[in-house]
Amino acid sequence: MFEIKNLKASLADEDKQILKGMNLKVGPGEVHAIMGPNGSGKSTTSYVAAGKGGYVVDEGEVLLNGENLLDMEPDERAAAGLFLAFQYPVEIPGVGNMTFLRTAVNSQRKMRGEEELNAAQFLKLVREKAKSLKIDADMLKRPVNVGFSGGEKKRNEILQMAMLEPKMCILDETDSGLDVDAMKLVSEGVNALRDGKRSFLVITHYQRLLDHIKPDVVHIMADGRIIKTGGPELALEVEHNGYADLLNEVA
Amino acid sequence: MGEVKRENAAEALLARHGAPRQGSEWAQAARRAARGRVLAMGAAGRRDEYWRYTNPAALNANDAPDVEILKLDETPVFDGVEKLLITFVDGVYAPEHSDDLSGEGLEISTLAEALGADIHWAQDVFGVLESNGQTPVKRPFAALNTATAGQGVVIRATGKVSKPVALRYCREKTTSEALIHHVIRVESGADLTVLENGAGAARLNTVMEVDVAEGGAFHHLRAQGRDHARLATTAIFARLAAESHFKSFTLTVNGKLTRNEVVIDIDGDNTKASVAGASLGDGDFLHDDTIFITHDAVNCESRQVFKKVLKNGATGVFQGKILVQPDAQKTDGYQISQGLLLDEDSNFLAKPELEIYADDVACSHGSTCGAVDENAMFYLMSRGVPRKQAQNMMILAFLDDAIQEIESETLAEDIRARLLGWTERH
Repeated sequence: MFEIKNLKASLADEDKQILKGMNLKVGPGEVHAIMGPNGSGKSTTSYVAAGKGGYVVDEGEVLLNGENLLDMEPDERAAAGLFLAFQYPVEIPGVGNMTFLRTAVNSQRKMRGEEELNAAQFLKLVREKAKSLKIDADMLKRPVNVGFSGGEKKRNEILQMAMLEPKMCILDETDSGLDVDAMKLVSEGVNALRDGKRSFLVITHYQRLLDHIKPDVVHIMADGRIIKTGGPELALEVEHNGYADLLNEVA
Repeated sequence: MGEVKRENAAEALLARHGAPRQGSEWAQAARRAARGRVLAMGAAGRRDEYWRYTNPAALNANDAPDVEILKLDETPVFDGVEKLLITFVDGVYAPEHSDDLSGEGLEISTLAEALGADIHWAQDVFGVLESNGQTPVKRPFAALNTATAGQGVVIRATGKVSKPVALRYCREKTTSEALIHHVIRVESGADLTVLENGAGAARLNTVMEVDVAEGGAFHHLRAQGRDHARLATTAIFARLAAESHFKSFTLTVNGKLTRNEVVIDIDGDNTKASVAGASLGDGDFLHDDTIFITHDAVNCESRQVFKKVLKNGATGVFQGKILVQPDAQKTDGYQISQGLLLDEDSNFLAKPELEIYADDVACSHGSTCGAVDENAMFYLMSRGVPRKQAQNMMILAFLDDAIQEIESETLAEDIRARLLGWTERH
């Protein structure tokens, strides 16, 4: 399904390798979590997988259903079924949220050779999905993320995810900046998309998100690679003891 | 070849367009005075403060260039709008392609008719607003226009005008040169919209003098011709009385050289003026907006909003000034000029100026220049929007602040459709 194989990547501007041989395999319908101290390369993993500029891939592959995403443009990766929920969703003044969403949905459908949604079909779909995420019509009309609160931005990410129906979702610290209620709402949105086939990679600092989005597998990342893999109990261990013991274990 | 002496260049400009046409004594006097102004100020030169960024050589040259006429199969701009259409072909009024010069709340005549008659109000506007606008900055092409233009319309709006007056400039000859001069008076309480579109000539020189009486409203919307190698120099001179509204928006896509000057004198209290422009240039393109707004009354608001998208070595120029006279208290002046450069070869040159002699005013100005935001591009693309389309969305978003200055939502949508068309072609 989704596989990261021996991924090594550096910052383009400075000679500094961030990912140093990352390996990960997420099966269909599985939820994996990545935890790890600051600077371990968690966000970099998500950016490199999604195709953000500023990184150089030194070695390795990122495969989605056998296709190497690293050979594709970011929009092609999206059409192939990858979705990245941003830690800091970008504000785009002047671009209407609705226009953006419809363009995105139809661009992907076009690339996959599917029929595009007309205005009425799209509107019906977006209203239905927005309602369950408590996103009102006003938020849809406003420019993308402009003037949105932290919680609104994250809900907007999940709305995009629901509309685009990706195969593989990477959630980059989706819990950051959320209060308890917002985290619950966002988690419900994510759980509603779990259908036994769609896979998730949840990047987080805190175990509490994993109370809501229950992972099958937990990975601990440090210094650009996975140092330990286990079940949900691994997240609880980190919550109680921190990373020091784990880091010492591998050192 | 060295630079021709100024006086000779000015004489050459006047000689090129022949002696002033016939008209009544007052019109002849106004033209003679304009002729005197041209000779006194000389031709525009690169050493002039306001011609440093734009080389006037092609505008001064003896011959107009040979410019291929652009054939378009798309619907012309403003086509869907109900309007009173007045057509000029190669700068000459074409009654067979125009509507009757009459409409509700309107008195319209050709410039030739009006200058031959004794129209009291026109004597107070023709050549007068242009002449007022020559201080402190010289505008030789506008004076040349007053001195020699024989074509144009004279419009007086006396009440609520039911539909816009649309001035359409067509081209048939590839080397035509045209000077067109419009004189407009918006009476107290009247509301007039004037639309302009088309390249009009290989080299076009237009002047529009607009006198807005107390409580009048004037809306101007212009789409300049898309012929690639055309040259244009335009000037709008407006005098605004108390409680009046003035709005002008210009869309420019393509054109080798465009110099748009707008000179506004705010003479009466509680007046609002807005000048805005969106321009898109690809390759051999220079677009210059030179704006001068004088606040000489209390509690008035003026806005300048200019956005330019430039690629493949195109150049955008903005010279905008807000002058606040000593008694113009409570002035609210706003000015923004922004260039979006799509590559390293393009240039945006901006000179914002504020000159304020009153103490109780709020004036703000900003000027920025940069590339498309890469973070936003990545965000759009990560959702499946292809690069070209994502960039087009960013371009349209960038320009939208200028489009929002347009009063009519229908006309604004028409302009947005043109912009989208350009982004998809380039």
